[in-house]
Amino acid sequence: MFYASRSFCCRGIRTCQLRTDLLSRSFKHSASATMAFRHKNTRRIEGLDSNVWVEFTKVAADPSIVNLGQGLPDISPPSYVKEELAKAAAVDRLNQYTRGFGHPSLVKALSQVYERVCGRKIDPLTDILVTVGAYGSLFSTIQALIEEGDEVIIIEPFYDCYEPMVKMAGAKPVFIPLRCKSNGNTVYSADWVLDPAELANKFNSKTKAIILNTPHNPTGKVFTREELQVIADLCIKHDTLCISDEVYEWLVYKGNKHIKIATLPGMWERTVTIGSAGKTYSVTGWKLGWSIGPEHLIKHLQVVHQNTLYTCATPLQEALAQAFWIDYKRMDDPDCYFYSLSRELESKRDRMAQLLKEAGLKPIVPNGGYFMIVDVSTLNVDLSDVDEKQPYDYKFVRWMIASKKLSAIPLSAFCGPETKKQFEKYIRFCFIKKDSTLDAAEVILKNWNKQ
Amino acid sequence: FLSLPLQAKMSRPVQARRLEGIDKNIWVDFVKLAGTYAKVNLGQGFPDFPVPDFLLEALRQALGGNHMLHQYTRAFGHPPLVNVLGQLFGKLLGRELDPMSNVMVTVGAYQALFCCFQAFVDEGDEVIIIEPFFDCYMPMVKMAGGTPVFVPLRPNAPKDGSLMSSADWQLDPAELASKFSERTKAIVVNSPNNPLGKVFSQGELELIAELCVKHDILCISDEVYEWLVYDGRQHIRIASLPGMWDRTVIIGSAGKTFSATGWKVGWTVGPDRLMRHLRTVHQNSIYHCATIGQEAVAQGFQRELTLYGKPDSYFVQLPRELQRKRDMLVQSLVAVGMKPIIPEGTYFLVADISEFKSEVPDVPDSDEPYDYIFTKWMMKNKGLAAIPLSAFFSETSGKNHTNFIRFCFAKEEATLKAAIDILQKWKEEKTS
Repeated sequence: MFYASRSFCCRGIRTCQLRTDLLSRSFKHSASATMAFRHKNTRRIEGLDSNVWVEFTKVAADPSIVNLGQGLPDISPPSYVKEELAKAAAVDRLNQYTRGFGHPSLVKALSQVYERVCGRKIDPLTDILVTVGAYGSLFSTIQALIEEGDEVIIIEPFYDCYEPMVKMAGAKPVFIPLRCKSNGNTVYSADWVLDPAELANKFNSKTKAIILNTPHNPTGKVFTREELQVIADLCIKHDTLCISDEVYEWLVYKGNKHIKIATLPGMWERTVTIGSAGKTYSVTGWKLGWSIGPEHLIKHLQVVHQNTLYTCATPLQEALAQAFWIDYKRMDDPDCYFYSLSRELESKRDRMAQLLKEAGLKPIVPNGGYFMIVDVSTLNVDLSDVDEKQPYDYKFVRWMIASKKLSAIPLSAFCGPETKKQFEKYIRFCFIKKDSTLDAAEVILKNWNKQ
Repeated sequence: FLSLPLQAKMSRPVQARRLEGIDKNIWVDFVKLAGTYAKVNLGQGFPDFPVPDFLLEALRQALGGNHMLHQYTRAFGHPPLVNVLGQLFGKLLGRELDPMSNVMVTVGAYQALFCCFQAFVDEGDEVIIIEPFFDCYMPMVKMAGGTPVFVPLRPNAPKDGSLMSSADWQLDPAELASKFSERTKAIVVNSPNNPLGKVFSQGELELIAELCVKHDILCISDEVYEWLVYDGRQHIRIASLPGMWDRTVIIGSAGKTFSATGWKVGWTVGPDRLMRHLRTVHQNSIYHCATIGQEAVAQGFQRELTLYGKPDSYFVQLPRELQRKRDMLVQSLVAVGMKPIIPEGTYFLVADISEFKSEVPDVPDSDEPYDYIFTKWMMKNKGLAAIPLSAFFSETSGKNHTNFIRFCFAKEEATLKAAIDILQKWKEEKTS
């Protein structure tokens, strides 16, 4: 390339045309070079491109299918939540950037709510980070605190993003399965437990963190104080961090109590606790979440946040803050949404479990959350003629969508490579659905054996 | 009593090494200071005038409509939004776009940038950054393990003593060419440029494009201020130059397009073979973007598509309005003795404050550059917030540009007048 003049600021059509001609010619000559395009993806995302949701959310877009797959409510969020958003957007300043680590009124509200729940002082500016969904909190936490050479313990089955996020951070996921210890007629998620000796074996000097999810997706297990103590003891012994995904914290059913592992002795200083507006207020599309923990951990999440997306949307944060104040003021009142939603879901849970049993399936009744996993092996549906390589549950769900017009999510999407055989007889249903959706599911389940 | 492995673990810092050197951030400090001291804030870049009515109306309609707009939408972008973006950018680029594979929605242009660096920059890769630059490019390159390689725009002051334009800040072609090596993975091009307001010309973009093609590298094109160009200038999209579509990711922002920075809706446009890697990063970091903002922005774009090129178009009215404000600020800065560089685009303006140096003495042994000292002093003592220009330069180059500060003029007239009053009074105090 020959540059005729040092000043290339284009001063005339002719010069521009000349440059374009030169450029076109050089492009044609190096066309073969550009064909051998060397732009592969980076190593950090190698193998992380596939995802169970890409297939199963597409399928569910068909309105003729009763969608109990992806975890999203089809019930309306409470009206005051929607009203607060309308109010917020009417204020000019609230349509512009707010504080990067969290809108002041929101972090204040969160600190109040969680101070009450945790029984300790929480500084809104240093102990809280607002993120784009709990998903964003998981990402910020893992990017901040996990790196190559680290191992991270993940309890199976697990919310599927944990594994690729740990891998993207260059670390090694170490899996440990929940195992069913009951053979009774009705199995609860509480019957799925960790083996303490097996768990202890997973910890070593490389273990940087354990990811805990309680209430648990997909089983709905609500870890008891004793179970949390076993995990806490190991964290303290091995100086391990705990990433505690508690997005379903308010959704616990009668006889169960949600306990924050961060409130156990020695745990606050090593735990990041994650929450979600989407799950708290049935507004998954707002994509607001938060991480709460000690300043010496949260400050690193804040560094990640300021280098990834900087601020979250302002009007949504303001509306969420106002909604939290409304419910904070009635946390002693059973009408508080945190409790009323849980009651509403418990009856849906019971109805769902009943319908599934009547159809000959074996549900694992969840103690919390809005998912229910179901053992489908009892139906003995023969899918051996379908693609061998796919796990049974994937084949079953596709068959169920096609022939029964009912969708769910295959459970082996939620486990590591070693345990696929253990989990491939389960599928996951979501029951945070309006009555008409559950009615439609009921029709399908009641007619299941008639086809 | 601790076991040896435990001691070793505890002596290691808890945070990951990827955070090294990226913890400082000018905005965290300045936003805090401005919140405390600034009576008039021309610092951080956001409008203080309202979001256009039609956009608020679109949001109101969305809120009154289907409640499922409060739930997850398609992860790579809400269909109404990617569809209209595909239409609009297809028209602007003169190319048929598939909204599902050529467009991805992000949480602001900021997250779009993050996805690009994470998708394409590996340890050891070099990324060319043109200075002055929007400050996040450097830490994002570092966080991805890459090495930022800087090339400065150099001011060529007009010989007749007239005011400089952002067009007078130019790349030296030989210097630019020398920055490319085998390790160069990408170049970041920001036009219109924040902070200078430079709108790269056809010739300048062709120069960059030639080098991209010759060295077979990627171009990350940050075009968030694409609609804010003045004096009849044209924003040229580098992806439309020969050989560039296949190697460019274009980044845009609803915050800047529709004066709604707090909505945090951005997008990327590019060829599928690059976009799929952005999708992988996105699905493993954020996954979904908020639905309702996307729905309203989609409606906003539908309106603009029908009004494209017509006088009622926001894309016509906003730059007209901002050009007026620019001219008002330029005039007033000249009157008080600050020398503005007239921006061809964006809503930022950089001014030389050498005349006011006597007012704010340098602190010789401070580790802060003079313009930081100046802006902090001005904020605390005059209540006027602006941003030091050296914040937009790499450490070494920043030392050459410590006499400039950046103003944002996307402000109500009352705000601009208040800023002028402060400067006017200051000048009077100086001379008396």
